[in-house]
Amino acid sequence: MIKSPEDLKRLREEAKSLTGIRAGQGVEIIVGMGTCGIAAGAREVMSAILEELSKREMADIRVTQTGCIGMCEKEVLVDIVRPGEKRITYGNVKPQDVSRIMTSHVINGQIVEDLVVAKLD
Amino acid sequence: MQLFRAHVLVCGGTGCVSSGSKKIQEAITDELVKQKLDKEVKVVETGCHGFCEMGPIVIVYPEGTFYCRVQVEDVSELVSEHLVKGRTVQRLLFKAPVTEEQVPSYRDIAFYAKQQRVALRNCGHIDPEHIQEYIARDGYEGLAKALTSMTPEQVVEEMKKSGLRGRGGGGFPTGLKWGFAAKSPGPKKYIICNADEGDPGAFMDRSVLEGDPHSVLEGMLIGAYAIGADEGYIYVRAEYPLAIKRLRVAIAQAEELGLLGDNIMGTGFSCRLNIKEGAGAFVCGEETALMASIEGSRGMPNPRPPFPAVKGLWAKPSNINNVETYANVPVIFLHGAEKFASVGTENSKGTKVFALTGKLRNTGLAEVPMGISLREIIFDIGGGIMDDKKFKAVQIGGPSGGCIPEQHLDTPVDYDSLIALGAMMGSGGLVVMDETSCMVDVARFFLNFTQKESCGKCTPCREGTKRMLEILQKICDGNGVPEDITTLERLGGVVKNTALCGLGQTAPNPILATLRYFRHEYEAHINDKKCPAGVCSALLEYKIVADNCKGCGACARVCPVGAITGEKKEPHEIDTSKCIKCGSCIEKCKFDAIVKG
Repeated sequence: MIKSPEDLKRLREEAKSLTGIRAGQGVEIIVGMGTCGIAAGAREVMSAILEELSKREMADIRVTQTGCIGMCEKEVLVDIVRPGEKRITYGNVKPQDVSRIMTSHVINGQIVEDLVVAKLD
Repeated sequence: MQLFRAHVLVCGGTGCVSSGSKKIQEAITDELVKQKLDKEVKVVETGCHGFCEMGPIVIVYPEGTFYCRVQVEDVSELVSEHLVKGRTVQRLLFKAPVTEEQVPSYRDIAFYAKQQRVALRNCGHIDPEHIQEYIARDGYEGLAKALTSMTPEQVVEEMKKSGLRGRGGGGFPTGLKWGFAAKSPGPKKYIICNADEGDPGAFMDRSVLEGDPHSVLEGMLIGAYAIGADEGYIYVRAEYPLAIKRLRVAIAQAEELGLLGDNIMGTGFSCRLNIKEGAGAFVCGEETALMASIEGSRGMPNPRPPFPAVKGLWAKPSNINNVETYANVPVIFLHGAEKFASVGTENSKGTKVFALTGKLRNTGLAEVPMGISLREIIFDIGGGIMDDKKFKAVQIGGPSGGCIPEQHLDTPVDYDSLIALGAMMGSGGLVVMDETSCMVDVARFFLNFTQKESCGKCTPCREGTKRMLEILQKICDGNGVPEDITTLERLGGVVKNTALCGLGQTAPNPILATLRYFRHEYEAHINDKKCPAGVCSALLEYKIVADNCKGCGACARVCPVGAITGEKKEPHEIDTSKCIKCGSCIEKCKFDAIVKG
């Protein structure tokens, strides 16, 4: 029940998470979901990412997937693209690495150097 | 809170539903469960995207990939390719009509690129049956601002500043209208929404109601606050069942959240909204007839004055606006009147939704800034004329409007420029005609419509439309005489000046406009007994061009009356006394050997 304009504002902040994904801005996380990626556990990594985002209520982040890019032995590959920054590719990502990538890179912009396999412009 | 990595938006507007979107939606939901993606990907049913011709439309976010004409058989590929592997399904993308280029993103399609969506801002982007999605896109914020920081007088002033004019046809300034109703003494007043959309080919109001019903409710509430009404009606035709259903859901959800009903948002302002289903008479789009219909009387217009703002529904002061007008209102209060008025021309502010139909490559709903040229609407957004034929005219404003020929296509579109050209904005229906349309036949088609819809209350309209239709029929049948043109012009002028309501006053427009720009076609029908476009069958003769005819006999076999004869491998002939001009032979002939004229 909305009893004041402030209530409406609160409801809107909550509701933004419902449609934020359709706005097309913010950080993009790309998971390699080719046959190789899936075999290496991309589905589990994807679940971990979504779980982490839900836990932190980060609705403005786009999670997309891509096919095989040829570095199959480094799968699972996860790319992080922060607006205006280099595209960073992490390799051999395990579900337990996800939380670290989130806090350090996605939120604070600090690249997790030990997992990086490529940096693209 | 559950987060989804992708949203699959399936269009649930009437256009896409009739091309099978419900089945697509079910198939996608099933396939997601099968591929265990139902926790990661959300399926959302939206309102109309306006590009109904390309339906069923499916848009996948976050990429914003636009898939069109999706079939049930495509669903499993779409899910496993796009949603699992992140690969676009190329063959389902939109193909640009001329370049045949595949366009993956929604925003890059020419049909959408030139549009500027204000009234349709949420259509196709939100689930209309979830008020939260409307609120997420700043819904009800305009109302909150008006209720908490403005007096009703200030709301009326803001409306006047915005320059918004009625989108239903007349183009009367909305702020002035609200000001009149606000000045009338209360306490009981009504706010009414005219959703009796009846122009052939126009469906923008239906799309707004189906795709974004809350924007209309919010606009009405702001209007109710401005004029001091505590009750309102939405008069919507019963042929719009989906619109009615979504309105009911929207009203129930708004009431539940305290955005509608008593003491809205704790501000002390109260207003209830009701739905009245109309039986679909065209005349009920006229405001006094509409109110008579709400009262339970026969839907017939009454003379004005008194205007509804003084004596309206149940003899109480009332304000009545159209769906698209109300859908614009929340934006004015959210972003301010100045921002709204920054788009458009000097006397026509904002945007207008047009329903593009006829012989166009891309048909559908397009919302464009006022002042854009008809050429841009028809050739850039509409993609030009089908089958590379030549443009002839565009009928604008439905049966109340007029046609505009090629030489005026570069005129900036606004209320006043269209009237100067003998047409009118009307509800925004655009019917594009090519060289194969006969303008006398077009005028007859629209007159036939208005004559049937005339309520019969006043003599000029009842008798005038009937007589004008008879004359047009006579001309099409090849029995016209030269005086018919002057009679039509005189009758048209009389009906225009003396009919009781807008229906009769605008009914002669299609005739007067075609006479203005295509008089030679009337003259050809009357003097030469010829229909230049080859439409009026009484004035046509089918002939076989001997040089082209190979004597295959295909035409003779298909002719239902045995009018075609000839030896094998020799040119055939048509016996014009037997020919019924059905056109079957032309369709069958592979050598373009049969012509009509």
